[in-house]
Amino acid sequence: MTLRILAIDDSRTMREMLKSSLSAAGFEVHTADDGLHGLDRMAEVDPDVVITDINMPRLDGFGVIEAVRRGTVRPRRPILVLTTESAPELKSRAREAGATGWIVKPFDDQRLIGAIRRIASI
Amino acid sequence: MASVSDIKETFFQECDDLLEALNDGLIQIGGQGSPTEVDSETINAIFRAVHSIKGGAAAFRFNALVDFAHAYENTLDAMRAGRLGVTQDLSDLLQRAADHLADHVRAARTGEDLAPSSGTDLLARLSASLSNQGVSNNQDEAPPEFAPLALSFDLGLGLGDDTLSGRKKWRIGFAPAAGFLESGNDPVHILRELAGLGDLDARPNLNRLPALDDLDPEILLLDWQIDLEGALCEDDIRQAFDFVADLCKLEITSLQEVTFAAPAHLPASDAPPAAPLPSVTGPATAAPTPRASLRVDTDHVDRLINLVGELVINQSVLSRSVHEAGLAGQPTLAAGLSDLRNLSREIQEGVMSIRAQPVKPLFQRMARIVRDASDLAGKRVEFLTLGEGTDVDKTVIEQLVDPLTHMVRNAIDHGLETPEARLAAGKPEAGKVRLSAAHRSGRVVIEVSDDGGGINRPKVLHIAQSKGLIAPDATLSDADIDALLFLPGFSTASSVTSLSGRGVGLDVVKSAIRRLGGRLTVASTPGQGTTMSISLPLTLAVLDGMVIEVAGETMVVPIAAIAQTLQPAPDEIDHLGMGSGGMVVRLRDRFIPIVDLGCLLGFRNVAIAPDKMVLLIVETDTGAICALAVDAIHDQQQVVIKGLEANYGRVPFVAAATILGNGRIALILDPEDIIGFDAKAQATLSEKEDLPCLP
Repeated sequence: MTLRILAIDDSRTMREMLKSSLSAAGFEVHTADDGLHGLDRMAEVDPDVVITDINMPRLDGFGVIEAVRRGTVRPRRPILVLTTESAPELKSRAREAGATGWIVKPFDDQRLIGAIRRIASI
Repeated sequence: MASVSDIKETFFQECDDLLEALNDGLIQIGGQGSPTEVDSETINAIFRAVHSIKGGAAAFRFNALVDFAHAYENTLDAMRAGRLGVTQDLSDLLQRAADHLADHVRAARTGEDLAPSSGTDLLARLSASLSNQGVSNNQDEAPPEFAPLALSFDLGLGLGDDTLSGRKKWRIGFAPAAGFLESGNDPVHILRELAGLGDLDARPNLNRLPALDDLDPEILLLDWQIDLEGALCEDDIRQAFDFVADLCKLEITSLQEVTFAAPAHLPASDAPPAAPLPSVTGPATAAPTPRASLRVDTDHVDRLINLVGELVINQSVLSRSVHEAGLAGQPTLAAGLSDLRNLSREIQEGVMSIRAQPVKPLFQRMARIVRDASDLAGKRVEFLTLGEGTDVDKTVIEQLVDPLTHMVRNAIDHGLETPEARLAAGKPEAGKVRLSAAHRSGRVVIEVSDDGGGINRPKVLHIAQSKGLIAPDATLSDADIDALLFLPGFSTASSVTSLSGRGVGLDVVKSAIRRLGGRLTVASTPGQGTTMSISLPLTLAVLDGMVIEVAGETMVVPIAAIAQTLQPAPDEIDHLGMGSGGMVVRLRDRFIPIVDLGCLLGFRNVAIAPDKMVLLIVETDTGAICALAVDAIHDQQQVVIKGLEANYGRVPFVAAATILGNGRIALILDPEDIIGFDAKAQATLSEKEDLPCLP
C-alpha cells in the first residue's frame, strides 16, 4: 500500500521539492498551501503522515497540529514539523501541541524519507 | 516529475511574488510620512516573505542570499516580537534591505556575484538595529545552538561519527512516557526500525498492564528491554529514537562492558487522554481568500494567442467562401456564421486578457529607482503611484522597464528642483513624483509627473540653438519647444550626471515607446511641474487596421495613425512643380504633402491621377503630417500582427505582416517611417506655407 503524505507549506518551492523527492521515494504526495487549506485537505486525503511548516498565513503549523490532535479522525496520525525555525521554544511549543518530530530545512531527502518510514503506520 | 531546475525556476518565480508581498507590506508600514501604528499581521506577512525566501534559498545553497535574508529576518523578528518599534529610520532601512534582497535574488538567478562590499553597510545597519532593542528581553533569546532540547529533538543532530568496530551487542531499555502515543509516535515503528539495524530481541514488560476490563488503549503501559546485535554504534540506535528522546526513558549500554539494569517502572499516567472535541476548528481569523490564480508558461499563452489569431482568420475565410458560394442567404448558415464570428472574437479577447498583467510590479521597481535616484541627486522625493491594478500586456510591461526608468530618473534629476530652490519657491522641501496608469478609450495611459519647476523653455531653446538643432532665429510655440526634448542628442543637464544624461536622451525613450505602438507626449507648466504621458495599445498582438489597395497590392495601415481619410476634389490638390511627388492637398488652410504609396514602395513610377486617389492623412506624435495616396480603401478590421523582423530584418516602411480574411498575406505599413522619410520634402514645403491659398 502506498503511503499517503500531506505536505502543508506556504512556499510553492518547498511544496514542489517535497512533492518531487517524496514521490520519487514512492509516496503519494498531496499538498496544501496554508494551515486552513491543510485541514480541508486532511479530510479529503486522509494522509498517513502530515508534514507541516510552522510559519504560514491564516493558520500556522501549531494550529494544524492542535486541530488534528483534538480532532476525532485519526488524531494520532504522525505529524512532522518541517521548518527553518530552530528556536528551542518553538520546538517545545510544537512538542506540546503534539508534533511527532521536527526536521529543520533545508532537509536532506534521505533523512526525511527515513523519518517518514519510521513514523508511518502502515 | 519536476526536475531540480524546474523547482529552482519555481523558487525564483515565488521570490518575485514574495518580494512583491514584502514591498506591499513595507509600504503599509509607512514608506511615506510619519511612522504609523503597524498591525502585527503586516509585520508577520513581511517576516514570512523574507523567511520563505531564506528557506528556499537554503535548499539551493544560495549562501549569500541566505546570509542576507537571515540578517534581515533577525531585525524583522525583533519587530514581530515587539522589541523594536517602527521608526522612519527603520522603515527606510527595511526598504533598502528589501531592495538589496531583490539584488541577491537576481544574482542567484543569473549566477552572477554581487560585489562583496555591496550590502555590508546594510548588514551593519541591520545588526545595529538589533542592538537598539530592550536588553532585558534579550535574555530569553538564547541562541538555539545551546539548547539541549534542540539537540535531542532534531533530526540529524547529535549524530557523532563513532567508528564502527565490527559487530557489537547492545542492550536498550526503552520506557515510553505518558503522552508518547499522543505525539503520533508509535513504539512498533521504532522497534521495526531497530530490527532493520541488526538482530533484534525485544522483551516487553507487562507488569503495569491492568485487567482487560480496566485497560485504556489510549495509554501506553508497556516498556521494553531490547537486545540488538549488529555493526552499529550508539548513535545509530539513538537516531531511531530521535523524535521521542524527550518522550521516553532510554538507556543504551554496550553488553561487552556492563550488564543491563532494568529500567525503573514509570508511574502510570494519571492524566486521562484529552477528550476529543466535536469539531476541528483552528483559530481561523476571517482572512479574505485571495483570488485563485493559475501559473502558466508564457509559451503556452503565446501559442494560444497565435492559434486564436488563426481561428479568427479562418472564420473570416469561411464566411467569405460561404458568401462566394452564394449561400449567405441561408438563414441557419448565416446565423451559425454570425455566432462563430462573435465567439471567435470573444475567445480572442479572453485569450488576450490572459497576457494582461497589473502594472504593480513595474511600479514597485520604479519605487526603487526613485529611492536610488533621489539619494544620488540629493533630493527628497515623495513617490506616489496610482492605478497599480491596471492590466497591460505582459510583453509591454517588460519593455516599459527601461523607458519608465529613464522617465522617472529624468523627473527626479531634471524635473524636481534642489531642496533649496523648492523652499525658496515656497514649495515643500520634498518633491512629488507621481506614477499613474489608467485605461483610457481602448488604450493604456501611463504618466510620470513631477511638481518641479516645469520645462525651462528659454534654456531648452538656447540649447537647441547652440547645438544647431534649430535655426537661430526660429520662433517656436511652447509645444514645439517641449518637443525639442525628444530630439536625438538633446540633453538639458549642463553637466552630465550619473543618473540621466550619458548620451541616452528622451529620444531613445520615445523610440522605445513607438516600437510598442505607443505615443509619448509631454505637458509642462512653469513653476508647477511636468507630466510625461505614454499612451499604449492594449495589446501588441492585434491591431486595428485599414485595409487599402495600392497598385493592385493589398496592404494595412494602422488606424491609430490615421487622422482622416478623404477623396480630394481636384481643386484641393496643388502641384508644386516638383514632379509626381510634388503634390500637396489643402486641408483646413494647411498644405499637406502627398506621398504616393505606390511610388514610394516601388510598385509604380507615376503617381495615381488626382481624381482617382484616396488620401489617408497620417500624423506622428510630433505633429509631422502627410497624406498617403492610395487607390482604394477596402475595409477596416482587426488584424493579427505577424512579425517580419525575425525572418527579413527591418524592411523600410513596413511594420509587420498579417493574414487577411481571404487568406492572403498583407503588409502592415509603418506610417512613422514613411513620414520620417518624407520629412525632408516636408521641410522644404513648410517654407512655402506662407503662400496664400490659391483659389
